[in-house]
Amino acid sequence: MKLQLSDSQQPYARSAEDMIAPRAAPPRTSSWSWKSEAFRSKIFQGFFVLVLIAVAAYLIHNTTDNMRLRGIQSGYGFLIQPAGFDIGETMFAYDSGDPYWKAVLVGLSNTVRVALLGIILATIIGTAVGIGRFSRNLLLRVLCQAYVEFFRNVPVLLQLLMWYLLLTEFLPAPNEPWVFGGGFYLSKGGVSFPLPQWALGHGTALIGFLAGLIAVYRWRQRQFARFEATGQTPKLLLPAFGFLVGGTLAGWLLGGAPTALRYPEMGTFAIDGGGALTPEFLAVLIGLTLYTAGFIAEVVRAGIQAVPRGQGEAAQSLGLSPGQEMRLVLLPQALRVIIPPLTSQYLNLTKNSSLAVAIGYPDVVSILNTSINQTGRAVECISIIMIVYLTTSLSTSALMNWYNARAAIQER
Amino acid sequence: MSAHQAQVFAAVAARQAPASDQGLVAALRRHLFGSRFSSITTLILVLIFFQTIPDFIAWALIHPVWTADAALCKQSMGEGACWGVITEKYRVIIFGYYPHAEHWRPLLATSLLLALLVASCTRALWSRWLLLLWLVVVAAVFVILHGGYWGLSVVETDRWGGLPLTVLLASLSIVAAFPLSVLMALGRRSAMPAVSALCTVYIELIRGVPLISVLFMASFMFPLLMPTGTKIDVLLRVFIGITLFAAAYMAEVIRGGLQAIPKGQIEAAQSLGMTYWQTQRKIVLPQALAMVVPGVMNNFIGIFKDTSLVTIVSLYELTGALGLALNSDADWRPFKLEAYLFITLIYFAGCYAMSRYSLWIEAQLSRSRAR
Repeated sequence: MKLQLSDSQQPYARSAEDMIAPRAAPPRTSSWSWKSEAFRSKIFQGFFVLVLIAVAAYLIHNTTDNMRLRGIQSGYGFLIQPAGFDIGETMFAYDSGDPYWKAVLVGLSNTVRVALLGIILATIIGTAVGIGRFSRNLLLRVLCQAYVEFFRNVPVLLQLLMWYLLLTEFLPAPNEPWVFGGGFYLSKGGVSFPLPQWALGHGTALIGFLAGLIAVYRWRQRQFARFEATGQTPKLLLPAFGFLVGGTLAGWLLGGAPTALRYPEMGTFAIDGGGALTPEFLAVLIGLTLYTAGFIAEVVRAGIQAVPRGQGEAAQSLGLSPGQEMRLVLLPQALRVIIPPLTSQYLNLTKNSSLAVAIGYPDVVSILNTSINQTGRAVECISIIMIVYLTTSLSTSALMNWYNARAAIQER
Repeated sequence: MSAHQAQVFAAVAARQAPASDQGLVAALRRHLFGSRFSSITTLILVLIFFQTIPDFIAWALIHPVWTADAALCKQSMGEGACWGVITEKYRVIIFGYYPHAEHWRPLLATSLLLALLVASCTRALWSRWLLLLWLVVVAAVFVILHGGYWGLSVVETDRWGGLPLTVLLASLSIVAAFPLSVLMALGRRSAMPAVSALCTVYIELIRGVPLISVLFMASFMFPLLMPTGTKIDVLLRVFIGITLFAAAYMAEVIRGGLQAIPKGQIEAAQSLGMTYWQTQRKIVLPQALAMVVPGVMNNFIGIFKDTSLVTIVSLYELTGALGLALNSDADWRPFKLEAYLFITLIYFAGCYAMSRYSLWIEAQLSRSRAR
């Protein structure tokens, strides 16, 4: 039987007229309509680029006008003219008759020298201080924290000036230096130390060292293979050390075991001969190293703190000593967090080496500053400075990115 | 039976109570002599402290010369510090080349500026009025320093120096660089390729070169960029240089915060019908900026320290003014170290205060985050 319901009893019944008509398709948004976001964005970008071009054109127009008016010549031609100034510290032969490009190269080599040494030393000191902040010894912890707070909170330029002052004012005069055993002299003129007289034996020692390096590499592979196979811990540190020292010694002995040293000698006014480091170089090196080490210590500390607490506790419950815990468990994991900010600290150190201009260390900025004053070609010289640093920055970050990719956790 | 039991269950002698881990002795043992290595470290450090600290205290506090007497200073050289150099020269170190009779003006201006900074750091005063206050105070500072009104003699900007210049450059650069860096960080993450490419190139270019080269550009090249015949003030040039430099660094820090905002937040805002700028202003930036407070404060500290570089392009801020005060004075030049220590203390106080303040802000923010 069909159930009949009155209209009032059929609340949900709908007549055909009541049905919602299918909505008409939305009007096609034309890509030429102001309502289209893509269109608006194109217009805006076009406008943005136009404004930029206009500003750039205006500035270039002003610059050429100004240069014409003031009679400033432009172009990089000056680089092949003789520089006419001496440089206190050169890593290769240079005199004032040499062209500007060679002076710039001297400056560049000086920048690289101080930056490379600084990076190595700052990494060592910074890591030590950063780890020291986790020491169980209260005094050491406090000392490390004080180091970080002090060196990070004083401008690096001021620190460089202070080191330079200490090295040039509070040391004895060059004609009466402090003498240390073994031919080391320290005075206002810097540090002098004996250098080995070049002989065949040093070349063979170098070859021996390289051979030791290859042996270390092979040994490492073998040890890891054994570790994979048997689970025995790889022995790396002592054998590696043995290979390197042994290889170098063997090479040195084969080459006739040269022992001749060039000792620095007291002249009438200063110390001559041997190896020497100027106070300018030392001030820049010490200042940059200690300043950057403070920052690296913070980077290392943050990296170690980023390792989950359980990792350290697990290491302790396995009976690892505090040193092993740090070396085998915490540091390898912290390294992944540390590397990116560490890279930027290295770059900062390299860029800060440009402050050498303030104390007269002939780095690339200082040389080009002199060149600006002599030739008036500010635009060209500044562009060389920028290109030099951009190249270093970009290549360093490329290198560190490569290392970072290697150190990253290998996920499935 | 009972005798047998007594044999089996013979009472073990009571163990000694464990060493107390309360009190001073235990704390010392734990913190200083916890292991053999720790004990050796403690001994070496204590030995070094005893070798250096008493000597330093004697030099700096017990035997120094406080009066401005160069002859007396020379006599006690090596035994006591010569703080007299500061008594003698503090006005040049603090105010640089500024005319001696007018020193009350930079003093007043610096006090105003510092008061403004303290006010800006006080939570109870955070409101729109602060913006107005900034405009008023900065204008007042310029009028006071430059003069030319109400009978104040005109002092050109190239004679400004010392601490007022440091504080002025640092605070103005911070205030100008911050909004610029927010815009650049947003630009770098923009969906518009022209905008994001340009911001990326700018940021990477500036971050790749040292501040000195930017300052050289400001002092050698900016004059060439201006229309012929117009001059651009050296202080303004340096200010623009520092601001452009600092903004690039800060933009990267802020971009880190922007990246950490979950995509769902932006999508939710869009589904509510918010425009791009509404989304950024009401949803993204408040969360992102709160996240990057430590990084941004580090940048502020960096700017404060970096102002010392303007001395290389011959503006005599604190570091430069010190050279000005001592380099040409043969009597006092031997005591440059003491003067350096004096301004080191000023810089350190500024930076340390800023880093403590940053910790306080972080605590405030984490309090709001913890539910």
